[in-house]
Amino acid sequence: MTAPLVVFFVLAALAILGALSLIWQKHPIHSALSLIVVMVALAGLYLLMGAEFVAAVQIIVYSGAIMVLFVLVIMLLNAGIEEHTSISKLAGVPGLLLVIALAGFIAATIARSSETVQAAMQTGAISSTKGISNMVFRDFVYPFELTSFLILVAIMGALVLAQREKS
Amino acid sequence: MSTFLSSNAELIISLVKIALLLFIVLTVNAYLTWFERKVVAHMQSRWGPHRVGPHGLLQPLADGVKFLFKEDSTPAGADKFVYYLAPLLALALALTSIAIIPFGPDPIHLFGHDIYLGIAPPDLNIGILALFAITALGVYGIALAGWSSNSKYPLLGGLRSSAQMISYELSLTMSVVGVLLIAGSFNLKDIIANQTSTKWGIFGWNIFPQLLGFICFFIAAIAETNRVPFDLPEAESELVAGFHTEYASFKFAMFFIAEYTSMITVSCLCTIMFFGGWLSPFPASWTFTHYLPSAILLPFGLWVIWDGIRYETIFGRIILPAVGTAITALGAVFILFPDVNTFIQGPFWLLSKIFIFLFIYVWMRGTLPRFRYDQLMAFGWKLLLPASIVNVIITSFVILAKMQWGPK
Repeated sequence: MTAPLVVFFVLAALAILGALSLIWQKHPIHSALSLIVVMVALAGLYLLMGAEFVAAVQIIVYSGAIMVLFVLVIMLLNAGIEEHTSISKLAGVPGLLLVIALAGFIAATIARSSETVQAAMQTGAISSTKGISNMVFRDFVYPFELTSFLILVAIMGALVLAQREKS
Repeated sequence: MSTFLSSNAELIISLVKIALLLFIVLTVNAYLTWFERKVVAHMQSRWGPHRVGPHGLLQPLADGVKFLFKEDSTPAGADKFVYYLAPLLALALALTSIAIIPFGPDPIHLFGHDIYLGIAPPDLNIGILALFAITALGVYGIALAGWSSNSKYPLLGGLRSSAQMISYELSLTMSVVGVLLIAGSFNLKDIIANQTSTKWGIFGWNIFPQLLGFICFFIAAIAETNRVPFDLPEAESELVAGFHTEYASFKFAMFFIAEYTSMITVSCLCTIMFFGGWLSPFPASWTFTHYLPSAILLPFGLWVIWDGIRYETIFGRIILPAVGTAITALGAVFILFPDVNTFIQGPFWLLSKIFIFLFIYVWMRGTLPRFRYDQLMAFGWKLLLPASIVNVIITSFVILAKMQWGPK
């Protein structure tokens, strides 16, 4: 076992444990904290692959900005321990099938794209900020702009919802 | 043993550096509290701490002992795990951010290894991003402390602080984009190297093209560290002590240390991003400025000795001249050994600038009143954020114009 492999397994275990804990925790804040652990562990995995920029952005955007908002909302609403209802048997069966289908889909995608990821790691296309900027602002500029349009729509929706109470 | 040492040299050097930096940062933290109390006291025509040790110099030690021996109570109904996690998180993240700062340009050659001043490797390409990542996580310490105490005032303090930090983090990040555009790198060493100038060193610094960016950055950074005039999370007139109301003993001290450590980090960042880091403000041809560290240390050391001999207490008459002699000796070493003198130039300028920023922090605490909460939010979103975005736009246009029509 080389050192990077050990680090990989530690981080992977941390991510999986965090994800499991996210579901099992009863209190919303504990769930949110577990999600932060998952995010940070993922950032560590990116760092291990040499994708420094992606790792930093993962922490800044997901663990920092988005999860802080989650925590802030939970604190604002003062959400208590959630109530568990007995899980419907009917929902369990399709749920399990969906989980298997999703897992298979993800596994297939990983298996198919592992070579391209390896190549990208070797050329360093994902590590440098320049490479990422070229991809986002040159190769995929139209999808990128479309995404920003989507975000704009969401912001306008939020504004409309917030303004409604006054009238 | 020797094979173990040589095969794990990198690891051992890193561990020693971590221990050393931890010791230095915590000591500086302790004396920063002394410095702050002394300066604010003199601004308010008081003496400040002066009972414990000569000039109150042992006050931080007394405070530390007091923190250790106070009763450590946990409020009833507190979420135990999060309650204990919060101060740990705050302190650990604040101390981690210091590890990314490079403290000098040149490595020391020791036992056949190049040892750089600073824990992070000098080619850390995401330097500034890593710092922002750690700062982004820093909110949790305060927010969770406020929530887990199961008490009204801490919850309000925690909420305020999360809202404040989310708002000002945007301006903080946007305001350095100008610097990053100029430097073309996230690496802190590259950002400093980019500020070298052929004539007067001071005119190469980023502060001149990026004055707007610096103003936005400094204001946002003060808000991020929850210091006056943005210390609403712990506004004592409204919230008792804000998020750390229910914390006592060493857990309170951890928040305290975290706050002062982030002050140091922000001062380091201001220096590195806008004030040329370890670069001298004078032309490189003025070699006589290399004696400036000695010119400051020697008179200061001699003054401490002179002051110590006349001190009231016997303890002071022993300890102050000893400290003064040490300072004088340090100044003398810099004169006598030219190699040492050239080596400490970088760290000397870096530390001097950091010290000036720390003084400004204290100065502001002694001068400015606190913001009102709605003013704080309006200021952050309606003035600071647009200003920093304008700065980014202007900077990118100027850079583009230079690339198009400027001299090749």
